[in-house]
Amino acid sequence: MSVTELRPRTPADTALVSLAEAAGSGEDARRAAIEALRREGLPHRRIEAWHYTDLRNLMGRRLGGNQLIEAVAAREFPQTGTVLAPLVAGSTVVDLDAPERASAPQGVTIAATDDLADWHESPNHLDRPVDTVRLVSAAFGARAATITVAGKAELAAPIELRGGIGAPSHSAVRVSVGDGATATFVERVEGGGSPAPSSAVSHLSIGDGAEVLWVIDQAKDEGAAHLGQLNVSVGANATFKLFLLNAGGQLVRQEVHAVTAGEGSEIIMRGVNLLEKDQHVDVTTTLRHTHPNTTATETFRNVLMGGHGVFQGMIKVSREAQKTDAKMACNTLLLSEDGDFSAKPELEIFADDVQCGHGATAGEINQDHLFYLMSRGIPAPQAKALLVKAFVDEMVEELEIDAALGEALTGKIDAWLEQSH
Amino acid sequence: MLEIKNLHARVADEGTEILKGVDLTVKDGEVAAIMGPNGSGKSTLSYILAGRDDYEVTEGDILYNGESILEMDPAERAASGVFLAFQYPLEIPGVATMTFLKTAMNAQRKARGEAELMTPDFMRRVKAAAAELKIDAEMLKRPLNVGFSGGEKKRAEILQMALLEPKLCVMDETDSGLDIDALKIVADGVNALRSETRSFLVITHYQRLLDYIVPDTVHVLYKGRIIKSGDKDLALQLENEGYGQIIGEAA
Ligand SMILES: Nc1ncnc2c1ncn2[C@@H]1O[C@H](COP(=O)(O)OP(=O)(O)OP(=O)(O)O)[C@@H](O)[C@H]1O
Ligand SMILES: [Mg+2]
Repeated sequence: MSVTELRPRTPADTALVSLAEAAGSGEDARRAAIEALRREGLPHRRIEAWHYTDLRNLMGRRLGGNQLIEAVAAREFPQTGTVLAPLVAGSTVVDLDAPERASAPQGVTIAATDDLADWHESPNHLDRPVDTVRLVSAAFGARAATITVAGKAELAAPIELRGGIGAPSHSAVRVSVGDGATATFVERVEGGGSPAPSSAVSHLSIGDGAEVLWVIDQAKDEGAAHLGQLNVSVGANATFKLFLLNAGGQLVRQEVHAVTAGEGSEIIMRGVNLLEKDQHVDVTTTLRHTHPNTTATETFRNVLMGGHGVFQGMIKVSREAQKTDAKMACNTLLLSEDGDFSAKPELEIFADDVQCGHGATAGEINQDHLFYLMSRGIPAPQAKALLVKAFVDEMVEELEIDAALGEALTGKIDAWLEQSH
Repeated sequence: MLEIKNLHARVADEGTEILKGVDLTVKDGEVAAIMGPNGSGKSTLSYILAGRDDYEVTEGDILYNGESILEMDPAERAASGVFLAFQYPLEIPGVATMTFLKTAMNAQRKARGEAELMTPDFMRRVKAAAAELKIDAEMLKRPLNVGFSGGEKKRAEILQMALLEPKLCVMDETDSGLDIDALKIVADGVNALRSETRSFLVITHYQRLLDYIVPDTVHVLYKGRIIKSGDKDLALQLENEGYGQIIGEAA
C-alpha cells in the first residue's frame, strides 16, 4: 500500500530501527522485520488500536536526542545484578534466553527454536496489517522457546518464565499444554532502565479439558518501557485463568488475545493495575468466542495515585457461538486528581442467544464505607488503605488459586500500596 | 457523660436544617431512650454524635465528659469511647470481618496508649462475645456484613460494641429487623454491658425493646427538637396514644 510509504518518519521511529539494528542483524527473517519496522514506523493515535497509547509520541519522549545516542553507543545495557527469587518457592525457572538450561519437571519438555514472532498476522483487528508488538519482538530478534506439557500431566509447581531480566530484553515463548493437563505459568517482567523498550510475546495453546493459570507479574523499573502480548487458544471444556499485575514501568502496553478453540471453554481474567505519577499503562484485550457454550469473565481493577491508565476490552462473539456468556468490567479508584483513566469496553455480537455485558466505573473511595470504618476507631489513612486493599485483593480471591501463589500476589500488591502512601 | 446544647445542624452540601436546637443530657450510667416519628432527625443526631461530615453543626455544642467533640474526627471519637450501632449497617466487600475487628480494636488501643492485642487473645474475645450473642463463627469468616441478613447485621453491630467496650453507646433502631428471640439475646447483651460508667442512647420506635432494656429517661424528638422528656412511663403512654397528643401540646 502506498499510504504507508508516505508516513513521515519521526526521530523515535528512526531511533527504534537503529536500536534494532544495533542489537544485531543476521538472517533474512530478522532483516525483513527490521525493514517492516522502518517502513511502518510506530503506531500513533490515528491507528485505532493505539489511540490511547500513541506509541510514536510516547516513545519519542524516551528515544529522542542524547538518550538514544548513549543507548546505541552502549549497545549492551547494564544488567542489574540482583538474583531474583521465584515468585513461588519450588517453581521451575526458565530463562527464555537460554531455555535449554532449565531442568524440566516430568511431563514437560523445554527447547530453544529459531522462530521469530509472526508479525504478519494481526490478532487485534483494530491494529494495522502488521502487528506492532510482534514486529518489535522480531526486529529485535527474540527467538521463541517452546514448552510442551504432556496430556494429563499435573504440574505441582508453577513454571516461571523470565526474559533476560535486567536488560531491555526481547523474549518469546510458545507453550502448548496437552489435553487434560493442569499447569501454572508465571511470567516475570522485571528490570530494564533503558530508553529502549523490552518485549515479551507469548503463545499459549490449551488442550481440551486442560486447566491453565497464567500470571503476568509486571514490575519493571521506574523508567522502563515494555510491550507484552499473550495469545491464547482455549480448547473444548478447558479453563484459562489469567492474573495480570501491572505494578511498575513507565510506558507499558500488555495485550491479551484469547480465542476459544472448542465448545464449553471457560476464560477467567482478572487484573490489577497500580499506577503512580508519570506512568502510562495500557491493557488491551480481545476475547473471541467462536464456539457454542463458552463463558468468559474479565475484570480489571485500577488504583491510580497519578499517571494515565488505559483499558481496551473487546469481546467478539461469532454467529455460531450461541449461548456465550461473557462479562467484562473495569473499575478504577482515583486516589489523586493527577491520575486519569481511559476505558473502552466493546462488544461485537453476531450470535442471537447470548448473555454479554460490560461496565466501567471510576470514582473515589466510598465515603460511607470510610465513615463506617472510622466510626470504629480506625484512623483515616489506615481505613483508606483497608478499602483500597479490599478493592484490589478481590481480584486475587476471585481466581481461587493456590494459597501460596495468592499470598505472593497480594504481598506484591501490599508492597506497592505501602510504598506509595 | 453527654451534654447536647442547643444543637443546630444541616445537610452539609444542600443546607436543609434538620436539627433545630436539640437539648439533651445523659448522665453516667444512664439509659436514655429517644423516640419520635419517622424523619424527625433521630438518625441524623446519631450520625452527628459519631462525627459524620455530611452534616454541619451551625449552632450549639456537644460536650462529652465536659469537652466539645465537634472538632474530633469519627476515629478519634470512637477511640475516646463513642460508639454508634447503625440503623443500616454497611456491607464492605473485600474487607474480612476478622481483619476489620482486629484492626479496629487495636487502633483504639493504640490511640489510648494501650498494648495491641495478640491474635490468641483477640480470638478468645471474639469467640466469647459471638457465643454470647449466638452469632455463628462461620459468619465472621465472610467479608464485613456482606450477605448478612438484616437481623444478622444488627447482631454484628452489637458484637462490635461488646468488643470495643465503648463508654457512650448510641443504638439506632437496633431492634428493627430482629426476631423475637434475637431481640431478647441482644437486649441481654446490652444489659450485661450496663454499668455506672457506661451510658446508652437507645433510639427505637417500639416499647417492646424498652421492656427488655428498661430506660432511665425517655425523650421525644420531633422536627429536630426534643419536645418532651419523661421516665419509662412516657414510652408506655406513646405506645397507647401515639404522638398526636404530645405534638399537640408542644405546638
Ligand atoms: N444527607 C441528607 N440529605 C438530605 N436530607 C437528609 C439527609 N439526611 C437526613 N435527611 C432528612 O432529614 C430528616 C431526618 O432524617 P433522619 O434519618 O434523621 O430521621 P429519623 O428520625 O432517623 O427517621 P426514621 O425513624 O425513619 O429512621 C428526613 O427528612 C431526611 O430525609
Ligand atoms: Mg432513623
